[in-house]
Amino acid sequence: MSKKTVDATIPTIPLTARFQRWFGRNLIRVYMVLAFTYLFIPVAYTFAFSFNDSGKSNLIWKGFTLDNWKNPCGAPEVCTALANSIKIGLLATIFSTILGTMIAFAIGRHKFKGRSTSNLLIFLPMATPEIVLGASLLSLFLVFKINPGFWPTVIAHVMFCISFVVVTVKARIASLDPRLEQAAMDLYANEFQTFRRVTLPLVAPGIAGAALLAFSLSFDDFIITNFNSGTVTTFPKFVYTAAARGIPAQANVIGSGMFFLALAIVIAGQFVNRRKAR
Amino acid sequence: MGKIRTPYLLLLPGFLFLFTFFILPIVNLAQTSTQTPIAGGDTGQYEQTLRFANYLDAFLENREQFGRSFLYALIATVLALMISYPLAYAIAFKSGKYKNFLLVLVVAPFFTSFLLRTVAWKQILGEEGFVVPTLRTIGIISESTTLTSTAFAVVMGMTYNFLPFMTLPLYASIDRIDPRTLEASGDLYANAFTTFRKVTLPLSMPGVVAGTLLTFIPAAGDYVNAAILGSPNTKMIGNVIESRYFKIVDYPTAAALSFTLMAAILILVTLYIRKAGTEELV
Repeated sequence: MSKKTVDATIPTIPLTARFQRWFGRNLIRVYMVLAFTYLFIPVAYTFAFSFNDSGKSNLIWKGFTLDNWKNPCGAPEVCTALANSIKIGLLATIFSTILGTMIAFAIGRHKFKGRSTSNLLIFLPMATPEIVLGASLLSLFLVFKINPGFWPTVIAHVMFCISFVVVTVKARIASLDPRLEQAAMDLYANEFQTFRRVTLPLVAPGIAGAALLAFSLSFDDFIITNFNSGTVTTFPKFVYTAAARGIPAQANVIGSGMFFLALAIVIAGQFVNRRKAR
Repeated sequence: MGKIRTPYLLLLPGFLFLFTFFILPIVNLAQTSTQTPIAGGDTGQYEQTLRFANYLDAFLENREQFGRSFLYALIATVLALMISYPLAYAIAFKSGKYKNFLLVLVVAPFFTSFLLRTVAWKQILGEEGFVVPTLRTIGIISESTTLTSTAFAVVMGMTYNFLPFMTLPLYASIDRIDPRTLEASGDLYANAFTTFRKVTLPLSMPGVVAGTLLTFIPAAGDYVNAAILGSPNTKMIGNVIESRYFKIVDYPTAAALSFTLMAAILILVTLYIRKAGTEELV
């Protein structure tokens, strides 16, 4: 805004000086555009090559086609892997959200002995490198003669998602205005009613956010999954194995599809929030 | 009576789970790390002999990879901080009504599988990509120089993959800064640089600490970037642990390495938090 008025009032400044001035003022915006470009280059590349008429190895641009999008399951195993990832993701999300929300309420709402130890136990899995989490869990499964596979992977995912759920829900609980619950109590709601009618609806967006986070963490996890999944293929595992001999374009279709789907969910969520706020 | 028990009842299922599938495995890992192969046994059969020298052997044999892991992770963390700080600052203070939209854009690349994006980098930087021929034509790199299978590619990939982990906590703490404190600093004749050094940076310290930890920890244990973008000369400790487990079936060494990695990270993190002086993390 201010830039325009400056330009209009001092038209005699030479172009280079004007550019320098503009640049100085917008340096941080230029920087922002560059940072976003860096973030989106591989996303754009993945999207572009989902239209590649590539045949087996999707390395060189060979021509535009919609076939990959029409038949995303065309490459062997791509959709089995995707289905596994979704199943594991959903199960891990449900369990970790329930367990994590309970812990968040305990830590966020109650004062009790061992609270700081509890906080530490939640922090530790996040401070442990994934490879250690994955490797140690696999060792345990091997000791108990449990074969790595579908359920061990679900367990592994629940384990590393819990902490993230707790942190997210706890933040939401901390930002609640305690007067709202006091008001409910003043209006003769008992503890359970207050919780169900006031506290829970207010914390719900935090829980939903935590569930989305858990799902995306689980869906995108490779390291821990690679240790505990045995012969079960998930989508990231499929990509990793296929990377050596060339990833089929269908994987790009699924990656791009997930991108747009998630973006749509986020934008719809914002829209709903804004309408509610009105 | 019931009130005292409530928090414990709420904690019980989750903590039971974490105890069984996080604490117990770590304890078991410690136990595995001092085992030795059974004499005359098959590959993958080990017995407990409390051989603590496993740690020394494992470390000495792989100190190069250890050093590399921490060096790469450090460089990637510093680069990510340098890219993310202005980005988070711009989103918090300069983006007006597009704030939420830009925040979504920071997270958005996450939704395309990170492995797909890493492989995309491999192809972008590879011989068939557009970057290498362009740089060669301009003469920035020589005809024989490649970008993939180098330390550069690994560090670049790590910086890229952990960037949102840096940006989000930074944004969260920069966004909380009251712009009036910055104005006040300017009113008191501080120039832009002094304002940044004396006001903005100290106030955003919790974000800097959280962001650097969230980047450094996974980066130090990462092996995917090194596996896809690197070469045998850029192997990190994660690659060694992975191959000990799956290819060589040498569980004790893998366990000793995992433990050393975890201990090293915990020590570094503790020192760092002490030095940075933030207790807000937990």
